[in-house]
Amino acid sequence: MALPKLEELSRSVAEDPSMATGSVPTREWMDIPVVFKSGNYAYPAKKDKVEYLNSQKGLSFPNARVWSPEEDDWKLPENWKEIILNGLKERLDKFRSLKIFMDCCVRCGACADKCHFFLGTGDPKNMPVLRAELLRSVYRNDFTLAGKLLGKMAGGREMTVGVLKEWFMYAYQCTECRRCSVFCPYGIDTAEITMMLRELLHTVGIGINWILEPASNSNRTGNHMGLQPHTFKDNVEFLVDDVERLTGRRPNITFNRKGAEILFITPSADVFAEPGLYTAMGYLILFEALGLDYTWSTYASEGGNFGLFTNNEMMKKLNAKMYAEAERLKVRYIIGGECGHMWRVLHQYMDTMNGPADFLEVPKSPITGTVFNNAASTKMIHITEFTADLIKNGKLKLDKSRNSHIKATWHDSCNTARAMGLMDEPRYVLDHVVDWVEMPENTIREQTFCCGSGTGLNTDEIMELRMRAGLPRANAVKHVHDKHGVNMLACVCAIDRATLTSLMNYWNPDVRVCGLSELVGNAIVLDGETREELDDGLRTL
Amino acid sequence: MKYGAPFLAVIALVLIAWLGSLIPGMQYVFGVVFPYLAMAMFLYGFIRQVVYWGKSPVPFSIQTTCGQAKSLDFIKHNKLEAPDTNSQVVARMLLEVLTFRSLFRNTQARIYSGPKLTHESSKWLWMFALLFHYSFLVVLIRHMRLFLNPYPVCLDWLEFLDGIFQIGAPNWYITDICLVTGLVLLLLRRFCQTKVRYISLANDYFPLFLLLGIAITGILMRYCLRGNVDVVAIKQLAVGLATFQPTITADIASIFYIHLFLVCALLVYFPYSKLMHMGGVFFSPTRNMRNNTRAARHINPWNPDIKPHSYAGYEDEFREFMVDAGIPVEKELPAKQA
Repeated sequence: MALPKLEELSRSVAEDPSMATGSVPTREWMDIPVVFKSGNYAYPAKKDKVEYLNSQKGLSFPNARVWSPEEDDWKLPENWKEIILNGLKERLDKFRSLKIFMDCCVRCGACADKCHFFLGTGDPKNMPVLRAELLRSVYRNDFTLAGKLLGKMAGGREMTVGVLKEWFMYAYQCTECRRCSVFCPYGIDTAEITMMLRELLHTVGIGINWILEPASNSNRTGNHMGLQPHTFKDNVEFLVDDVERLTGRRPNITFNRKGAEILFITPSADVFAEPGLYTAMGYLILFEALGLDYTWSTYASEGGNFGLFTNNEMMKKLNAKMYAEAERLKVRYIIGGECGHMWRVLHQYMDTMNGPADFLEVPKSPITGTVFNNAASTKMIHITEFTADLIKNGKLKLDKSRNSHIKATWHDSCNTARAMGLMDEPRYVLDHVVDWVEMPENTIREQTFCCGSGTGLNTDEIMELRMRAGLPRANAVKHVHDKHGVNMLACVCAIDRATLTSLMNYWNPDVRVCGLSELVGNAIVLDGETREELDDGLRTL
Repeated sequence: MKYGAPFLAVIALVLIAWLGSLIPGMQYVFGVVFPYLAMAMFLYGFIRQVVYWGKSPVPFSIQTTCGQAKSLDFIKHNKLEAPDTNSQVVARMLLEVLTFRSLFRNTQARIYSGPKLTHESSKWLWMFALLFHYSFLVVLIRHMRLFLNPYPVCLDWLEFLDGIFQIGAPNWYITDICLVTGLVLLLLRRFCQTKVRYISLANDYFPLFLLLGIAITGILMRYCLRGNVDVVAIKQLAVGLATFQPTITADIASIFYIHLFLVCALLVYFPYSKLMHMGGVFFSPTRNMRNNTRAARHINPWNPDIKPHSYAGYEDEFREFMVDAGIPVEKELPAKQA
């Protein structure tokens, strides 16, 4: 489906009758069936990708087949309902969060208008509370006394194919950004609900290609782009060439080198596509300026983790490569590049899933001597923590005027903000490298708005949905663009760099998107550089 | 149906208690048997629910950080919103439980043509919630005077403060008015706000009607039908219930039995309903965990044994390319046949 024109969508968002503009559907939500049509769903996973994943040890991706959400028959296994209900039971026993979040909601509505998908689509089932009710209604019916006794009167409903289809629709109109959980008086986290829904859907063979193909690529080649080792190396070397062309200094890089002090892992998109490429050039310049003893890995060449969008087993299997490679290469610790959900996995899941990393050392900056006790157990630090510490200790020669063509604003990525608490480190860095302003409060820090295309939803076939979901973010950017002349949206997330670029092109075409390290790299004064005036920083052709 | 049925259910409960308590001999059932039964079911249900929650582990540390994490020395740590230690977690939880911190953050989104979106602070829900919960708490504490003999002197102070405006005779309690106001505001909100109305279930209206019923019957007893209510007999019954020697010494007016029966209904309903948010809020992993997961390992008791796609397998598949590209390998290529 073609993407509507800007004027059309602008009018639609503000004026079309929807729950977000004050209208109320005439029917109860339970009585409104989902309708799949071109443009409102992401394509199902390809059969061979599902088969490949299902063949991997420790994973289960059954019911590989060719199917379409638009057809009535989804070719579900005969006992699909039993599988789903047993799966729900199993997950209730494994996750206390699920039980609490099923039982405690009082439907106060505080979350209702906090979701970017709701604000952009006005669809009542995109209110976090109703997204959860899609599952909660089934839970009540089959797992609570009140539901068993009173059924629909107690808000219960039977699990049907219609409900399953509804799950598929709305579990993939949530980016697990957790903004609603900030406002919930009981901390109910829709990301947990969505993760459970997606896990359950996979047990009967329902998944989308834009997640499962990258997941299988990550498993096989080490990165979600499917770059094989030699190609990955080539890509980084292109960037080395570019840095040399611009600065006269050729960064020294190595791959899979044993005995390096540090293993560096970043989202593979950073070495593959604009504008992530410039972020990666920023890393190269930074590490070169420091003479850092580090190595890239082609085996663990993906920071991102599409398992987070799939199920916990997949997440563990993909994440496990990082420690496995760190141990094989006998490095001391790991530095992670700029990525949002990658850092949720690293901060909240990695050590639990794949630790303890007792073969590594507590990270200590070789330049400043700072010991990163906040990563004493995982032994992995964020590039921004590392950089902020360097700046604080005066170890970087920075020329802020090199970014004078830029007026930036800062996008807190959902996961680094709400699942990690990385908020002031990037701001500290920004202060030293670029002129920048904040977007309006209530749209930044822990209340930041998602790019609208996270958790594997940055696929082109749902572009209208993405532009709608990204509107709250884009609108806050527009505010500072109009008021302060902001022309650059900076962030620490690889998905953001891809998705915000599409979003800005649509809503605010004068605003570009960059990673924080691009701004750092551009401001760094390298010893022995032969850099000329670069009008557009690292992007100068 | 969503609000009609719960309303009728509460009316039915009132009628049952009214008519029932008029039948000779049934006073004992309504005054003694039901309260004990209800209290037993409440305790059983509450504990059962908490045990049910507790049986499931917390496999991952999924705190929601609502402020700057503990990080470098020169970055100011927000201890209340991204707690790093147990005492900081306790402080965060206290703030949540006692002041409804998260609701205080509430905003209201508006979409104007343009489009232009705004997210202005909105404290109404927070105020209504505070009004109701704290009034209810004070009313509950004031009722302890009926169950304790002698009762602690602090109850006198509380009553004094609660009636400090000295309006009406008998002196009106502030919390009585606030309790009803809070409930009515929460109910109106549910009726009038389109989004909240759309998501509301019968389960959301029933407790509001029930609590209103309890509050109204209590207020009627104290302020309107006082002449018919034998407070001494009620106190005797209440102390008797608390000391497991219940006696009903005189005829007590039906309004008392209606009030008591509605309270019994609330106790029975409580553990099987959303009212368990009272217990659940303490268990919420996004709020009650430390944000120190990189500094200290969190254990998942069912951590599955899953290995990554091995490096050896990877190198086997790509060895030739790796050697060609000059990437170090563990196993060299087999020597080429001459």
